[in-house]
Amino acid sequence: MLKLQSISKSFGGLHVLQDVNIEVPQGTIFGLIGPNGAGKTTVFNLITGLLEPTGGSLTFDGQDLVGAKPHQITRRGIARTFQNIRIFKEMSLLENVVVGMHRHLDYGPAGLLLALPGFRAQERRARERALELLSWVKLEHKAHQTADNLSYGDQRKLELARALATEPKLLLLDEPVAGMNTGEKVDLMAEIENIKARGYTIFMIEHDMRFVMGLCDRIAVLNFGRIIAEGLPGEIRNNPMVIEAYLGREDDVADEVQA
Amino acid sequence: MEWFDNFWSIYSNLVLTLGTNALLALSIYLTLSCGMLAMANAAFMGIGAYTASILTMNFEMSFPVALLGGMAAPMLVAFVIGKPTLRLSGVYLAMATLGFGEVVRVVILNTESWTGGALGLNGIPQLTEWWHIALAVALALAVLFRLLRSKVGRAFEAIKEDETAAGLMGIDVNNTKMLAFVLGALLAGLAGALNAHLTFFIGPNEYGFDRGVEILTMTILGGIGSLAGPVAGAVILTLLPEMLRAFNDFRLVINGVILVLIVLFLPKGIWDPALLRSWFRRRSH
Repeated sequence: MLKLQSISKSFGGLHVLQDVNIEVPQGTIFGLIGPNGAGKTTVFNLITGLLEPTGGSLTFDGQDLVGAKPHQITRRGIARTFQNIRIFKEMSLLENVVVGMHRHLDYGPAGLLLALPGFRAQERRARERALELLSWVKLEHKAHQTADNLSYGDQRKLELARALATEPKLLLLDEPVAGMNTGEKVDLMAEIENIKARGYTIFMIEHDMRFVMGLCDRIAVLNFGRIIAEGLPGEIRNNPMVIEAYLGREDDVADEVQA
Repeated sequence: MEWFDNFWSIYSNLVLTLGTNALLALSIYLTLSCGMLAMANAAFMGIGAYTASILTMNFEMSFPVALLGGMAAPMLVAFVIGKPTLRLSGVYLAMATLGFGEVVRVVILNTESWTGGALGLNGIPQLTEWWHIALAVALALAVLFRLLRSKVGRAFEAIKEDETAAGLMGIDVNNTKMLAFVLGALLAGLAGALNAHLTFFIGPNEYGFDRGVEILTMTILGGIGSLAGPVAGAVILTLLPEMLRAFNDFRLVINGVILVLIVLFLPKGIWDPALLRSWFRRRSH
């Protein structure tokens, strides 16, 4: 479904990504893990058009994504959430989600200015759909509150509902459980499973190993801008290169002890 | 009705200025509600005023045609300068649009055969009736009211809060900003065209930096939370100097003090729905 082929990205002389190949198959939950600063979020920024790759190709359902603007990529069916939550804080929860339906409301200027029946019907349907999406993440009872008043975990869930409102085929989640407590994590895990069951493909970045291993069908590991391993969760867990990337090498430890 | 005739003969100009100022405040409100600090509205007003006046004076066009011209010209200019400048944000956009305003003023000064240069245009026919202005304000409010309650208004607010996130919601950020900018130019141009056919005379310095700041002050003072804010701001900023006439020489000092107090104690503007609601609640308890 989503295919990154020998993607590279450099900022001046800094090579953030080198020869990255990732393929996310339809209907799966795909995980991208790696130490801080490995370039994971850069991968998402490339996919969503916030950055342009220095080299390589990026295709979604066979269509080239390189050079497309963020809103065009969203319209092709990719939605994302952010590591540092970016909800519209001064809007209500409902409005946040309805904003995500922007392109699905196609009333013309006349309908809008005269509040014709077609306009009213579409706006009403958008609100109903927004409430339904909020109920998927169990926030429908707070629909009319201001988003800024939500707890951290609820803000993440709201961002998820808002991303779903764009009717994506592929959902990119950037560290969905960062800063959540254990109870919230378990809840969100179930909700992501539900979302997958509804036919969405999910591509997530996450640090929380239990979360990743429990949810993902396949995992790729990024370290210093390169993919060092890719496979089933069980394979990744036992891959010596991955263990080294996360925990360091044994003789590193020995060196430190001697020093 | 004698008192009304008296009142009208003295204050008609002031009342009608209320209307054109409200249009100007709404014009900058459009760009502000989209998160852009664009300061070109005084220039757009000038372009509208000069275009409409030249149409009625030099080409003897009817008033409706002149008004249409006074709206179309600034829209076109806004579209052309919006392409490069709307990529800028914050203070940089303000600087670029202020620079544009200066360019407009100097162009008016130096095209004497059309605009009369520094002497301005004299003898503009007084075609604006009170109901033209009332209708313009009512129409502008009605259109903006509908617009802001649709996906367009939500897109404005989304862009104001977080441009990146708005783009990822499928909103075409550049085109939406352009829409706000061009519609703002239309309103400012309309205000200019109506005002020019009210005041008999227009000159290039009426559309300079001072006017731009005045327009911005009206809207910020009134509040940008809703449409009522800019209108309230326009009313206050137009009436305040008149109501303070009794203070003679200290008039402008007191005017300034009041404005500072409002900004200090009502940072979200006079028309702040949340604050008003909390006041009402306190009263009823």
